[in-house]
Amino acid sequence: MSTAEIGLYRSQKLALRYFTAAVILFGVMILFGFLSSLYYLHPSMLFKVFDFNTSKMLHIDTLVIWLLMALMGSIYWFLPKEIGGEIAGIRFAEIMFWAFCVIVAIVAVVFIFVQYGHADEFSLWFINQGRKYLEAPRWASLGIVAVLLTFSYNVIGSAIKRRKMTGILWVLCLDLIPLVLVYTDAFAAQTNMSVDLYWWWWIVHMWVESTWEVLIGCIMAMMLMEIAGTSRRIVETWLYIEVMLVLGAGILGLGHHYFWIGTPEYWLSIGGFFSALEPLPLLGMVVHAIYDAGSHHLKNTNTPAFWWITAEAFGNFIGAGVWGFMMTLPQINLFSHGTQWTVSHGHFAFYGAYVCGVIAVFYLARQKYTGIEHLHGKGWWWGFGLLNFGMLGMVMALLLAGMAQAFYGRAIGGSTLMAFTDASQNAWFVAGMWARTGFGVVFALGYVALVWDLLAIRKRLPQAAAVSSPEPA
Amino acid sequence: MDIQEPGFWRAGAISTTAVMIVVLIFLSINSSQAIAVGGSHVPDYSVINRQIGYRYDWTRREDVPVIGGPQPLFGKVYNEGQATALMNRAKLVIQSRNCINCHTFFGNGAYYGPDLTKSWLDPAWHQIFMPMTGAKTQEEAMVMFLMDPPKYPTWDRRMPNLHLSEQDAQAVVAYLKWMSAVDTNGFPANFGMQGEKP
Repeated sequence: MSTAEIGLYRSQKLALRYFTAAVILFGVMILFGFLSSLYYLHPSMLFKVFDFNTSKMLHIDTLVIWLLMALMGSIYWFLPKEIGGEIAGIRFAEIMFWAFCVIVAIVAVVFIFVQYGHADEFSLWFINQGRKYLEAPRWASLGIVAVLLTFSYNVIGSAIKRRKMTGILWVLCLDLIPLVLVYTDAFAAQTNMSVDLYWWWWIVHMWVESTWEVLIGCIMAMMLMEIAGTSRRIVETWLYIEVMLVLGAGILGLGHHYFWIGTPEYWLSIGGFFSALEPLPLLGMVVHAIYDAGSHHLKNTNTPAFWWITAEAFGNFIGAGVWGFMMTLPQINLFSHGTQWTVSHGHFAFYGAYVCGVIAVFYLARQKYTGIEHLHGKGWWWGFGLLNFGMLGMVMALLLAGMAQAFYGRAIGGSTLMAFTDASQNAWFVAGMWARTGFGVVFALGYVALVWDLLAIRKRLPQAAAVSSPEPA
Repeated sequence: MDIQEPGFWRAGAISTTAVMIVVLIFLSINSSQAIAVGGSHVPDYSVINRQIGYRYDWTRREDVPVIGGPQPLFGKVYNEGQATALMNRAKLVIQSRNCINCHTFFGNGAYYGPDLTKSWLDPAWHQIFMPMTGAKTQEEAMVMFLMDPPKYPTWDRRMPNLHLSEQDAQAVVAYLKWMSAVDTNGFPANFGMQGEKP
């Protein structure tokens, strides 16, 4: 155990384990994303051995799991400081971390080597549930519920045990209720596809566009206090504003997923209106970031974390907000829905809203772990530059391909098999797919540079600076 | 109340969230009735015994399903119980074979294969697959394709053989026929009409 590690709470050591697992799964996600992109260029690749649906499933499921682990790790990192001591139930949390890892490993092995089963309940319980993002078999979903319940107990129990309830903690505790509740639909097997998708969107939308947004808002609030010295009064005020706007627009913004699944027509108006409002809270975050940065003359104690937070604010607004608005008005969505245009938005939104934010926390944790008072340097620029450039390139390439599909496949062709085939062979679509793979390589190089830089922080640390804090970080 | 006070915005956050949740609950109750089988937008499963079309409605200004006269599936008329059993099996096939990670249903899923919302109405079954398989009916051609997709390729992106039994494949065909009768508010637009309004 290093001298620096001694100065950490057990909760923060657990956070480091979560971050390590998250970074590894981030790499696995990129690997299967790259593989999935290759099927579009070489459709016969691995045919009958490892087909597109398995690769794509592993890409999106590792995305959800690594981000969930990173978000949970971020809370485990900041919570001791917020409550002024060790968290409640840390032993359970440590056990559940390993349980979580074992669950993920077993599910991955089954997905890779078994892939699918017969049309029976056994398949749903032990192989694959076949619902996008919720493919994990039921036994594994039960395990994830246990992990989430333990996590909720750690947060809420800590606040009660310490008799300390800050504004951030209130928001966090209340946010955990829907986070766990909506996941209970992960076990359903509705015959009626309209009903199935209706409640499926409660999980997907309420996690990604509501509860996770609030969660990252809480993390960013604690982060800004830590690295920029922003006052609690300011971050909590902004957090309330963000919650008001995120949930005010996001709860009924759910309606933009209800345009075409067999639901009544009023969702076209409700979904269109509220999804048009959804960029507002994200714009608020940009204003917030600029305000904080300006008020502190860009002074901070952790330059990479500071720039990743700034990237998060802009990425969230543009990727989730602007890109989402661009395609969710029903008049446009009628043609853009279910094309690579959606994929463009999905990549940009997940990256901007969450990936940039949790990378900032990784840098902060490495800084505290290594005991560096001010983390600056230049090595981090490689990861920052390549990841952002790679993602922007992929987003634009997918947009190009998606627009070709929307115009030629849907608006002109009429969405039949032949229209889909024609659009997929359109020169713009093909060029977009090649460009996506190329920028994917850039993104993967950015991942390597990021990991290298995170690991190198300790190596390049001058001995004089490598002292641990006498008190837990 | 001072808008610079955090308490002002806390009250705003709580009240806004509460109102939105209440509205969502009411809308969900109403929507649940519309999307239930036999509801205003989702037909009974026994609709598989009827002809199904898709036409532009000048009043609603969107494409809507048109339910026509009798058209037995696989030469058989299913009662509601039999049709429900068929649908239950089909959905298990769709989930266990992970169809949604290549295809989309109502536009939701993955984008490697075509959208299946109105697949039953796709002219390709008559124009391409019936001649290719030698089947006499559309549903027979669909079953033959589903049981061994690599045998009937239409382009370089092929569907793998997911080892469906004949009963599995028939159930999926019935499911696709039922799904084409769901009122999806005009999605996908112009299906099979190549941009022309009837």
